[in-house]
Amino acid sequence: MTVIESRIAPGSPEFAANRAAMDKHLAELADIHARIAEREQAAREKFDRRGQLLPRERVALLLDPGAPFLELCPLAGYRLHDDRDGSTAGGGSIAGIGLVAGMAVVVSASNSAIKGGTVSPSGLQKGLRVQRIALENRLPMINLIESGGANLNYQSELFVEGARTFANQARLSAAGIPQITVVHGNATAGGAYIPGLSDYVIMVRNRARVYLAGPPLVKAAIGEDADDETLGGASMHASITGTAEWIAEDDADSIGQARRIAKTFAGRFELPARPSGVAEPVYPAEELLGIMPADPRQPADCREIIARIVDGSEFLEFKAGYDDKTICGEAAIGGQRCGVLGNNGPITADGATKAAQFIQLCCQVGKPLIYLQNTTGYMVGTEAEQAGIVKHGSKMIQAVANATVPQITVLVGGSFGAGNYGMCGRGLDPRFIFAWPNSRIGVMGGEQAARVMAIITEAKHARAGQEVNPQMLEMIQQQVREKIDSESTALFATARLWDDGIIDPRDTRQILSLCLSLCVAGDRRTLQSNTFGVARL
Amino acid sequence: MKSILVANRGEIALRVMRTARRLGYQTVAVCSEPDRDAPHVRFADRFVVLAGATAAETYLDVERLLDAARSSGADAVHPGYGFLSENAAFASACLEAGLIWIGPPPAAIEAMGDKSRARAAMAAAGIPCLPGASADSSEALIAEAERIGCPVMIKAAAGGGGKGMRLVSDPAELADAIVSAAREARSSFGDGALIVEKALEPARHVEIQIFADAHGNVCHLGERDCSVQRRHQKIIEESPAPGIDQSLRQAMGEAAVEVARTIDYVGAGTVEFLLGDDDRFYFLEMNTRLQVEHPVTELVTGLDLVAWQLTIAEGGKLPLTQDQISLSGHAIEARLYAEAPWRGFLPQSGEILCWQVPDDVRVDAGIDQPCRVSPHYDPLLAKIIAHGPDRESARRSLIRALARTVALGTVTNRCYLIGVLEHPEFVAGRVSTDFIERHGEELAPPVLKPRHLALAAALLEQPADKRWPEAERLTRPMRLAADCGAGEPGEHSLSLRRTGDGGCQVQIDDAEYRIDLEPVAAGSVRYRHDGVWHRACVARKADQLWLADEQLDLAISDIMLAPRQAAAEAGDGQVLAPIDGRVIALACAEGDQVTAGQVLVTIEAMKMETAIRADRAGKVVGLGVAEGDQVKSRQCLLRIEAAESGSEDD
Repeated sequence: MTVIESRIAPGSPEFAANRAAMDKHLAELADIHARIAEREQAAREKFDRRGQLLPRERVALLLDPGAPFLELCPLAGYRLHDDRDGSTAGGGSIAGIGLVAGMAVVVSASNSAIKGGTVSPSGLQKGLRVQRIALENRLPMINLIESGGANLNYQSELFVEGARTFANQARLSAAGIPQITVVHGNATAGGAYIPGLSDYVIMVRNRARVYLAGPPLVKAAIGEDADDETLGGASMHASITGTAEWIAEDDADSIGQARRIAKTFAGRFELPARPSGVAEPVYPAEELLGIMPADPRQPADCREIIARIVDGSEFLEFKAGYDDKTICGEAAIGGQRCGVLGNNGPITADGATKAAQFIQLCCQVGKPLIYLQNTTGYMVGTEAEQAGIVKHGSKMIQAVANATVPQITVLVGGSFGAGNYGMCGRGLDPRFIFAWPNSRIGVMGGEQAARVMAIITEAKHARAGQEVNPQMLEMIQQQVREKIDSESTALFATARLWDDGIIDPRDTRQILSLCLSLCVAGDRRTLQSNTFGVARL
Repeated sequence: MKSILVANRGEIALRVMRTARRLGYQTVAVCSEPDRDAPHVRFADRFVVLAGATAAETYLDVERLLDAARSSGADAVHPGYGFLSENAAFASACLEAGLIWIGPPPAAIEAMGDKSRARAAMAAAGIPCLPGASADSSEALIAEAERIGCPVMIKAAAGGGGKGMRLVSDPAELADAIVSAAREARSSFGDGALIVEKALEPARHVEIQIFADAHGNVCHLGERDCSVQRRHQKIIEESPAPGIDQSLRQAMGEAAVEVARTIDYVGAGTVEFLLGDDDRFYFLEMNTRLQVEHPVTELVTGLDLVAWQLTIAEGGKLPLTQDQISLSGHAIEARLYAEAPWRGFLPQSGEILCWQVPDDVRVDAGIDQPCRVSPHYDPLLAKIIAHGPDRESARRSLIRALARTVALGTVTNRCYLIGVLEHPEFVAGRVSTDFIERHGEELAPPVLKPRHLALAAALLEQPADKRWPEAERLTRPMRLAADCGAGEPGEHSLSLRRTGDGGCQVQIDDAEYRIDLEPVAAGSVRYRHDGVWHRACVARKADQLWLADEQLDLAISDIMLAPRQAAAEAGDGQVLAPIDGRVIALACAEGDQVTAGQVLVTIEAMKMETAIRADRAGKVVGLGVAEGDQVKSRQCLLRIEAAESGSEDD
């Protein structure tokens, strides 16, 4: 095992320029989060008046001391659907993996401080994603519900697909993964099924509303006068229907109860302690901010990243002499041994075979895989085609798709073309996938797409025997470039749930270490599954 | 003499055993069951456990102590102070059992044990005494008191340590004071006899340490001022007494030596005097044992008083003559008690979770960490004694030592002691026995500052598992219940956010406090607040956090998620049948006023009776059933019209 020798010069002008570009990305993110926080704080007065806690406070209280929390998809829906200026991003919920009573759980809290916690299509996707994380990693779920329900403007995108939420809940229960739901406010119509399908339900007195139809609809439908409490209040559900197991006096009380309930089964889901004696990387994580070139066309050596995220910066490189664009090797992160794949350029036929072989070797001994994506895609051209890039690239995708070990992906730079697939992009279902703020993703780069369009246009005109107006050609190129580039940013991607969140590069090691231990512990955990889930009988 | 059994516990047992061990003697400890792991037990070469917990069952049980000495092979007994140290019967029993008694002869103990006899003997010997008398009946005592004239002091004849002692300024209060003093005397000493004595006010409590050997040599080791007392129990002692000149010292010393000679005293003893502001002094009593405050004398004389006791017990002569004894510098002792000074000095018990003392002053401690402070015994935790070239330097050192002393897990008088030592009257040496009565109110209770709350919040929120990212975007609301041993325990709402670089931002009201934490050693942290690094000591037990800095001890917990009392759910007044059945009893009539929970109707169903109670207070209306009626499940039986606000249900 050798310690990677870094060739980065943190004092160099290139490093400073790279760092400045990265800082700009980070500042942009911080600004978005600040605006969201401001928006949430604006609701404080209303929440105070009702004696309620803000959703983020609910989550903070639920978690163990120090708020151990990996927030997932915090910018889902950014500038999508009803999010006009980015200040209401998040898909109407706060979700993540946190530690409750020493057990890792998936937390999903309605962000009722923003638009009443209504669910947009990206909110639905986010909800489904975190449920999948719970299922794959065998983690209990805690839902903190208070939502106005689906945003009816987008009902056509929500209605049919929305059923998956409930199907997942039933399947989690059947798989032996408990779900606790606290109802802090409205959970009506479809939302009522979330507590209905949870294993443990706590409702907050005088605030919870769990019914299919509220007073106006009931009046309209059957002419009955009925109030909220009678139709679906906490005490009604705790004493008459039995839909609630417990009543809480207020938000804090309900969180206290949820923690006490979680404690009763926490032993089964405890996260094993981190092994002691783990060596930190030799190089500071801070330097991760200056590695990726400010100009995406400049190459970067992924070993520099590996050196700053793996234990002791130690890396046993696999087939170092066989293709220098696809880097494979073995390392440990937080004491967990894993295979690491990274790109130093396009994936060649040799790179693809090397990667596919390496993936199979890791599967043979059950070693998780980490993908650090920075590729312009699979190599093109006569030489590449004749080398069998399609065949070998396919083999690589096949290996990734069918790998039996946990796979975690980080987009550290470019993620273009089928390189996104071969390096375990979202569509290949990695257990977790995160993106650095500088990362770019797309079928191809804006520049390449523009040139392709220009060539095609010229060819079309040539076939018709027409002259091409160079100004028009330039305009077409400009439009294509701008469109593709704006659709390639990390923010564009994270808004669409193409990743589980944009992370600060400095946090990469910690997040990978945590996710690796979640995956490994989840895979080792045996569950008491049953056929139909636990039902309120 | 080879092996010494110390018939005591706590700091004095350790103190005696340390000297004994240094001089090559074997040490034997005794202990009650709760003291099984106490420091004095751990220190001893051998120990004997006395079954039981109370002092009466253990440290006061003569027979069992003698058995312990026998079975452990001890050939000498040191009684320490308190317990049986001034019990002539125990001294005799030890001697009769063939043991060496490290204390005065039983006759000397007896001579001083009864205050009225001691007074008479001393007066006869020409020692100045305050006017006083003893009497058999309370009527006679009142008559004597009135003859002497108020203010007078009522005292237990058999007593000491402030028990059974009452100061009476108004003759009308005499009768009550006598009754309660007699009751206390009986329960403390098994003897309700009282004496009455003229009260001297203001007066200082100045005592002389004397030593006498069996060869007729007697000397004194200077005086101690023990005027600062609460409830007639000393909390601060010093030597020499401030403002006493050599001639007065000599006069008091000679009087004390004369007292010892009068009763053929042998061993260590203390003659207590009241000193008036006219420099006249009066015999108060003699303690026929080592005193709690003997270390101040040891520090100014450079002598080991326990070593002297052992020498004399073995029949040796006094190691020094009077003119070889000199006093050097000044020593002050503070007694650290498990008590709440700002709550009427209420004794405390609990578990010491963190115990740290500075190493540049003398500390005689009976506790360790962890260790239980039992409610069965005296709540003295430790004595902290500073010595310096003059009073001011000793005082400064002692304050600094107390500021760095940490006893977490129970309320102590630590900050109160600092307050006394810093009081201008104490600084000026103007001490008297009513110091606490006069100035106690001026000692400001510790002040809980926002930075303490911010620190506590940061400590309570310290991440246990460093694998996780810090959730910078989550703000945790907290509700801290804080008790600094004074006033009512307070509740404080605040919120905490981690800053992502290991620090915390705590918001209290409208102010933000930034806290950075650094662990120093087990139980200690350094924290930065407002650019200054402070040091604090920390202990945790379950959800409770204990925190000490120089100026306060704090017990704090986050009660944000504490289980709530379920809100009493007032019903809607609709009283429904819970089940199909037959009304077998009707306990209310139309228009009756009923209270919540009152039985209204009894229904029989499935061969079982079900009582139906009022779900709120009010008036019965719409009673629609009679006894014998068959009712359906959820049928409305009656309604309760809510009582008007302010009705009879409260």
